[in-house]
Amino acid sequence: MSLEASPSPAPMLVVDDLRVSFPNRDGGRTEAVRGVSFTLGRERLGIVGESGSGKTQTGRAILGLTAPEGRVSARRLAFNDVDLLHCTPRQRRELRGGRIAMVLQDPKFSLNPVMCIGDQIVETLRAHTRLAAREARARAIAALRSVQIDNPERVYKLYPHEVSGGMGQRAMIAMMLIANPDLLIADEPTSALDVTVQLQVLAVLDALVVRRGMGLIFVSHDLRLVSSFCDRILVMYAGRVVEEVSARGLAEARHPYTRGLLNCLPKLGANRHPLPTLDRRPEWAL
Amino acid sequence: MDPGPPQRDPIPADVRGDLRLLRASNVLGRFLVVILLTYVGLLAVTFFIGRVIPIDPVLAIVGDRAPEHVVARVREELGLNKPLWEQFYIYVSKVLQGDFGTSVLTSNPVMQDIRRAFPATFELATLGIVIGAGIGVPLGVWAAVRRGGVVDQVVRVMGLIGYSIPIFWLGLMALVVFYARLGWVAGPGRIDVVYEYTLVSVTGLLLLDTARAGEWQAFANAMSHLILPASLLGYFSLAYISRMTRSFMLNELAQEYVVAARAKGLSETRIIWRHALRNAMVPLVTVIALSYGGLLEGSVLTETVFAWPGLGLYLTNSLQNADMNAVLGATIVVGSIFIGLNLLADLLYQTLDPRTRAIKRAR
Amino acid sequence: MTDNSARNDAVPRESLHEWLMSDRPRSRRQASFGRAYGAWRTFSRNRLAILGLLIVIGLVLTAVFANVLAPYSPYIGDLRTTRLLPPSAAHWFGTDDQGRDILSRIIFGSRITLFVVILVAILAAPIGLAVGTVAGYAGGLLDAALMRITDIFLAFPRLILALAFVAALGPGIENAVLAIAITSWPPYARIARAETLTIRRTDYIAAVQLIGASPWRIVWRHIMPLCLSSVIVRVTLDMAGIILTAAGLGFLGLGAQPPMPEWGAMIANGRLYVLDQWWVAAAPGAAIFVVSLAFNLLGDGMRDALDPKAAK
Repeated sequence: MSLEASPSPAPMLVVDDLRVSFPNRDGGRTEAVRGVSFTLGRERLGIVGESGSGKTQTGRAILGLTAPEGRVSARRLAFNDVDLLHCTPRQRRELRGGRIAMVLQDPKFSLNPVMCIGDQIVETLRAHTRLAAREARARAIAALRSVQIDNPERVYKLYPHEVSGGMGQRAMIAMMLIANPDLLIADEPTSALDVTVQLQVLAVLDALVVRRGMGLIFVSHDLRLVSSFCDRILVMYAGRVVEEVSARGLAEARHPYTRGLLNCLPKLGANRHPLPTLDRRPEWAL
Repeated sequence: MDPGPPQRDPIPADVRGDLRLLRASNVLGRFLVVILLTYVGLLAVTFFIGRVIPIDPVLAIVGDRAPEHVVARVREELGLNKPLWEQFYIYVSKVLQGDFGTSVLTSNPVMQDIRRAFPATFELATLGIVIGAGIGVPLGVWAAVRRGGVVDQVVRVMGLIGYSIPIFWLGLMALVVFYARLGWVAGPGRIDVVYEYTLVSVTGLLLLDTARAGEWQAFANAMSHLILPASLLGYFSLAYISRMTRSFMLNELAQEYVVAARAKGLSETRIIWRHALRNAMVPLVTVIALSYGGLLEGSVLTETVFAWPGLGLYLTNSLQNADMNAVLGATIVVGSIFIGLNLLADLLYQTLDPRTRAIKRAR
Repeated sequence: MTDNSARNDAVPRESLHEWLMSDRPRSRRQASFGRAYGAWRTFSRNRLAILGLLIVIGLVLTAVFANVLAPYSPYIGDLRTTRLLPPSAAHWFGTDDQGRDILSRIIFGSRITLFVVILVAILAAPIGLAVGTVAGYAGGLLDAALMRITDIFLAFPRLILALAFVAALGPGIENAVLAIAITSWPPYARIARAETLTIRRTDYIAAVQLIGASPWRIVWRHIMPLCLSSVIVRVTLDMAGIILTAAGLGFLGLGAQPPMPEWGAMIANGRLYVLDQWWVAAAPGAAIFVVSLAFNLLGDGMRDALDPKAAK
């Protein structure tokens, strides 16, 4: 349940007791997400956790992108009153890219290597709107320009391996936002980039989200980044939400895991011997 | 990775053009050297087989019943008293001019015999690969998309059978069933004797020749002779191609860009054909080109079973008659085609995969 | 294990299974046995692979006990009474044109098949392994030269090159084996070289080099054993192809010479009568099919067990 009143009267996204499980090697099932619940309005929510905490699977489950061998269940999973679990596959597909979008981590792998960038952007547009080819191309170029790419006509014709990481990620953002979705799930959007480039890409993302009034779910392992970028933060561990705080109230977090994470953040000028580590207690994984 | 503002182009356009040309010619040059070396090696192996292994290479060529003056002439021609590498040099220069020597059996130049026999094999292998790829690729895609389903099992089983069954035996059994018992297809040979002597052969490809002449009865007859051996070869290439397609498709469907494509809301059909298959095509055309070479090998045995007067039958006939020049000539021709196919496969790979084509920008 | 008498009844003794499956092996022997056991468990879960293994074992037993198993002589037949008889209770697979019982010929022919397979494997695999590891480890000019040679052999279709060799050497089972072995080693060399290239850069090879081991010792004692499992899997998968190539040579009259009951030659013999007496050619071909299939299943199972990443 949220600690602050949501900015809009009815939340855009409702997640109630989401569970995602996968078959494991011994023939049973392992739960990657074990009862995650939250609501989201037109605000920015950060989901923080280490590898294996289930944060990526949460994002994918919302979009219906869980791998086929995975099983998704929830008491309620709804976007703008559309029941995501029980709608038709066609409805789900229309939502993807059109109303809910996802930006993936590494443009080297998440862009199709044999299609030029511009064509991939146009493809999204034509999947959700009816546009003539020339109009779609013009919109794609405008989208590239909106993510601070200086020479969009040239970049349009390039292949993903011909651009740098930062440019590729910006192209991916353009590609995913071109159909004007209401909600963006950013799954570690800057983790594959250099630090200087990270800030640029985040600035681009920030501007777009503000300008369009979108909701944002920012999934990351970087607590400091998330706290500077988002309004609310969910801390996940072993498939569960262990704490939910506002970004401003982060320093007063109470769960020992969150406190441990905060403690591990490097502080300039502090003399810390021995280096603090996380003390993972087995009861958190229950 | 990249520091600083990345939008400005570090290499001016005209320099990039020159660099690209240099790079392309470098790649091409390296290619040609490799091809050349392989070809020389091919000739070296056949030279070794023909001259070095037999105790008396002349006897190996002319047979043991040849008159004395023939033996002397051939010995002179081969230059057997000269040092080995000089012999090799003469050999290579002759081969490059297309002179494979004379066949003991037919007394014709081997090259002439081969040229006459080749179209039959070409027609057979080409129809075989059309069947193999035309059915194999969609089958493999289907097997990958519906993993664990019926088509997937069928592809696996067909692949297993294709790797385990002797092609000449399957052909023989197929002849018994479809020709002898059911009478659905015509028997061995390319065309019934009735048509054989009235047909004007232009290309050597019977389907084309009969179609051009408008001889539709002859066309149907040729087709009825062709269908069984071509299907046999087609089955083997289909078994291989469908398995490889399935494997490549499974690989592509597990990639991140497929997840991204789904996140964009694209239809599953588009994702399969335009994204996954398009990427899988890159190694797949190599597989198909190499499979064509495999069909040439399969045709050696198939032509024997179906009395198909192609290169394969020529090779085995020459073998059984110890006609060394003919054997080596046919081996060189097939080996050259193989090298050509490998080259084609490499070129196709480069063309289809943009990552191998472009110059990487300065990072 | 523990002999602290106060805790003896509280700690149970480790069973053999647990000892093998332990993920903290206490000795090198335990580790290698454990790995082999793990691979065996994965393998044995694959029913088709077990089937393949059983058939191969059956082949070996048939070859060894041929005298006992065969009902008739494979070489002697009665031209008057037993010529070209269809399958019956007396002759399960019928008789051929010389009155010989086909089943007996097939049983004795299994010896030839086994002979060819084993000999080719023994000849080709070590050559391929040696060439590949040396090329991969040495690098530079030696690598380029060896790979050129390998590529030249790979540039030929296997059957055709084998045919050319047999043409020069003359027909006969030994020459056929030699010809097939000469054409079989290149793929093994490629695999060994690929493995060697990845192993070459590892830390433990660097460590051995620092100790001062000679290159030959490194290749022989450290690199080759690691490449061995991939090569073995490939050889097993290849065995079907070897059997088919040998059968092809036999079919063309270039392998074992009559009256030896080689399966490919039997099919060639049966070809003359196939339209009416189909059984003469049918049985030997089915035998080739079953044995090749068995090796394929076995090889697939081994590959899935030893290298799970390659499993589909």
